[in-house]
Amino acid sequence: MTHLLYGIFIDPFVQMGTAPDLLVQTLWEGLASGVLYSLIALGFVLIFKASGVFNFAQGIMVVFSALTLVGLNEHGVPAYLALALTIVVMLVLAIAVERVILRPLVNQPDIILFMATFGLTYFLIGLGELIFGGDPKIMISDQLRLPSGSYRIPVFGGYVQMQKIDIAATIIALLMVATLAVLFNRTRIGRALRAVADSHKAALSVGISLEQIWVIVWFAAGVVALATGIMWGARSNVSFALEIIALKALPVLILGGFTSIPGAIIGGIIIGVGEKFGEFYWGPLLGSGIESWLAYVIALVFLLFRPQGLFGERIIERL
Amino acid sequence: MLYREVGQYKTSYRADQALFPILQDRIGIALILLLAFVGVPLTASSFTIDSILIPVLVLSLAATGLNLLTGYTGLLSLGTGGFMGVGAFACYKLTTLLPGVNIIVLILCSGFFAAAVGTVFGLPSLRIKGFYLAVATLAAQFFLSWCFIRIPWLYNYNVSASIEVPTKTLFGLAVTGPTSSPVTRYLIVLSIVALLTLVAANLVRGRIGRTWMAVRDMDLAAELIGIRLYQTKLLAFAVSSFYCGVAGAMMVFLWLGNAESESFNINQSFLILFMVIIGGLGSLLGSFLGAALIWGLPIVLRAAPAFFGISIRSATAEQISFVIVGALIIFFLIVEPFGLARLWQVGKQKLRMWPFPY
Amino acid sequence: MGRTVGGPILEVEGISLSFGGVVALQAVSFDVREHEIRAIIGPNGAGKSSLLNVINGFYHPQQGSVSFKGAKRRNVDPHEAALQGIARTFQNIALFRGMTALDNLMTGRALKMKSGFVQQAIYWGAARREELEHRARVEEIIDFLEIQHIRRTPVGRLPYGLQKRVELGRALAMEPELLLLDEPMAGMNVEEKQDMCRFILEVNDQLGTTIVLIEHDMSVVMDLSDRVAVLDYGRKIADGTPGEVRDDQAVVDAYLGVAH
Repeated sequence: MTHLLYGIFIDPFVQMGTAPDLLVQTLWEGLASGVLYSLIALGFVLIFKASGVFNFAQGIMVVFSALTLVGLNEHGVPAYLALALTIVVMLVLAIAVERVILRPLVNQPDIILFMATFGLTYFLIGLGELIFGGDPKIMISDQLRLPSGSYRIPVFGGYVQMQKIDIAATIIALLMVATLAVLFNRTRIGRALRAVADSHKAALSVGISLEQIWVIVWFAAGVVALATGIMWGARSNVSFALEIIALKALPVLILGGFTSIPGAIIGGIIIGVGEKFGEFYWGPLLGSGIESWLAYVIALVFLLFRPQGLFGERIIERL
Repeated sequence: MLYREVGQYKTSYRADQALFPILQDRIGIALILLLAFVGVPLTASSFTIDSILIPVLVLSLAATGLNLLTGYTGLLSLGTGGFMGVGAFACYKLTTLLPGVNIIVLILCSGFFAAAVGTVFGLPSLRIKGFYLAVATLAAQFFLSWCFIRIPWLYNYNVSASIEVPTKTLFGLAVTGPTSSPVTRYLIVLSIVALLTLVAANLVRGRIGRTWMAVRDMDLAAELIGIRLYQTKLLAFAVSSFYCGVAGAMMVFLWLGNAESESFNINQSFLILFMVIIGGLGSLLGSFLGAALIWGLPIVLRAAPAFFGISIRSATAEQISFVIVGALIIFFLIVEPFGLARLWQVGKQKLRMWPFPY
Repeated sequence: MGRTVGGPILEVEGISLSFGGVVALQAVSFDVREHEIRAIIGPNGAGKSSLLNVINGFYHPQQGSVSFKGAKRRNVDPHEAALQGIARTFQNIALFRGMTALDNLMTGRALKMKSGFVQQAIYWGAARREELEHRARVEEIIDFLEIQHIRRTPVGRLPYGLQKRVELGRALAMEPELLLLDEPMAGMNVEEKQDMCRFILEVNDQLGTTIVLIEHDMSVVMDLSDRVAVLDYGRKIADGTPGEVRDDQAVVDAYLGVAH
């Protein structure tokens, strides 16, 4: 018993203290994966903020966009042209989703729309496999001129290895967040987006076109999905397994709130770091593979203390 | 004018409260039961029984379990696969530890283990509401999947981390394992599913079903009537998980013959959820219709082109069925959010008017 | 009327309630006597619904206490309030939309139905007997409220006036001692209002149920109630018989919006 208690409360911290370079390495790796979780969460937030729909299909959009990019390139399309074409494909997808799913279901309760995105997910999985085949693919990082290799930085007597692609991903993520934050808060379109998020009816009555806003927002989410797909694919391959990893965005959203853009980043970092730390320092105690559920349990524990998430608003029910 | 209830006046509340108040419905159900218990064993092929009937029955039971929790009580659950797994592994351990006990008893007992686990993961429902609660079930699903691999005791330290079903007998007949006949297994599955569905129907039409639906429709109003929300939600988790556990145990012992952690992963949870959505949330009939559709679709897709002389690879058929299921979900949600069960009801309405159009 | 008003059954003392910075009720005290019909009136936003919510436990006041049948408490849970015999209806109708009118009323019997889980699972025997017994009671209420023709209709499809009647039926199914009605006549036409008045009077007269009622229609208030309390900006500004209150200057000012 004491062995167990020692293993939980003492040993991990001892390890952290005695090998500070490993501590920094774990921290960095947690940050790097956290940033990618944030990007996925960012796509959710965009759509939820503007249409109140929880887009379960965000994960498959990440996979689908990456597959399209690689698939086009495989057929001989040069990398940057393929990139441009993929962006067009995501626009087409956004328009299709708005016409086929959002418009007919506009007055239904949120749970129905949520389940519709389940349908969309399966549809895209099937379509993706039909068009591109089910095998994992390699991201065209070289063709896109993405940095590769890593830096070794001496620290605390040891060293830390940072993959250049991870650094690039972090920078890109921060750029996206900054752009989106500016877009939402400073522009006319951003104001319209926020209006639609608050109340569809009210937005309609001041002349905002719901359809346009939704297409814009799903397109933006699609672009974010593409960026995420490229970054994820560059670190590991592009496969449908990514779809399940996208579920990890849920704990991120719970921590960061469903409607907060900075919250997505902070939530993602907390989950990423928490997961890596848990896996590295407490993992050996419990067995390997705890990262498959640790993020959810972290979110669950969090919810028990703060049922509305870190950035969420307390809902006061008025009768 | 076949399907009219004219002349069938109910002279007592008792008659009104019956499960099948209309005579034609009673006849219909009797026919279906007759067909199922007698007709099928006499006429259906082993292939049909093993590949279609048994799977649809087992999955219907799991769908019923999920429907009680999500459709009737309004608590979205993504942990169905995990709870099925608990039932399966519990049953396996029970047969190892109590080899002399009747297998049917063990299958039903394993449901209680699943119910216990389900209740534990339902505890957060005290503080967490709605969509966030789904995350708790997601945690349950991933944690349980992990447990099924990481706890070797569960699969008797088998090197491949899978469980194989031993041969068990009942009245001298082999009912599980490779020597059992499909018909025997089918009849046991059918009996268990019929019994548990009857229980579900009883629960749903009485006080407990109403409190579940009240919690689903407006929990604040339910509170002020005196309904205790927490107990009601926990009961829903317990009963639902019981059904899923029994379905999981039957899946391993009476259908597949073996299983591993992957058989009860998140994809299984989604599969059952789709059955419930398409079949109809809040409808017991819907659970059966949804299971039949989602299970049957890939089979039809694989068989139909061969009919016409075109051959499709099995993987392609599966992918096409994904596309179709996805599109169907969207279609149903737009056209009939209450699923196939409502379409069936509408069909019956038309039948009442037949041969008049309205 | 064939009933006599008794001593106080509900005493509200010094209730103060605020949400964040917004004050909903300030030091409100009033009492309700057994078997009477008590009205609470006041301009919109005066805190009338909040007061009812405090009485049946949805809101917990920061200060003050509520005594029901002699038992004093500040905070109570809604289902405890139900156990004690308090039922209520809502301004915005809190019916279970997925269920029929009959089922909604049967749900009101939840506290009175005692059969256990196993009995429910089997149904034949104890559970069915109980179900039929309560069905008979509920049918009496259905007859009383004249809603037989809609008993199997899902309430979501009913017109507003009928929904309000079903909601009253569900509250009556609880056989409460104290019935809180939040704008039961809102949105009704003259005939519907007359029916509703008749029902309220009969419930009070024949069952002896004490009724507290929030209402805007002054003629209804004057006709139905024994005593009236007037709220404005979270405070009680008048309390007495309908005649006294109607002539009270503070009340007139509140309704005309005179600055004070």
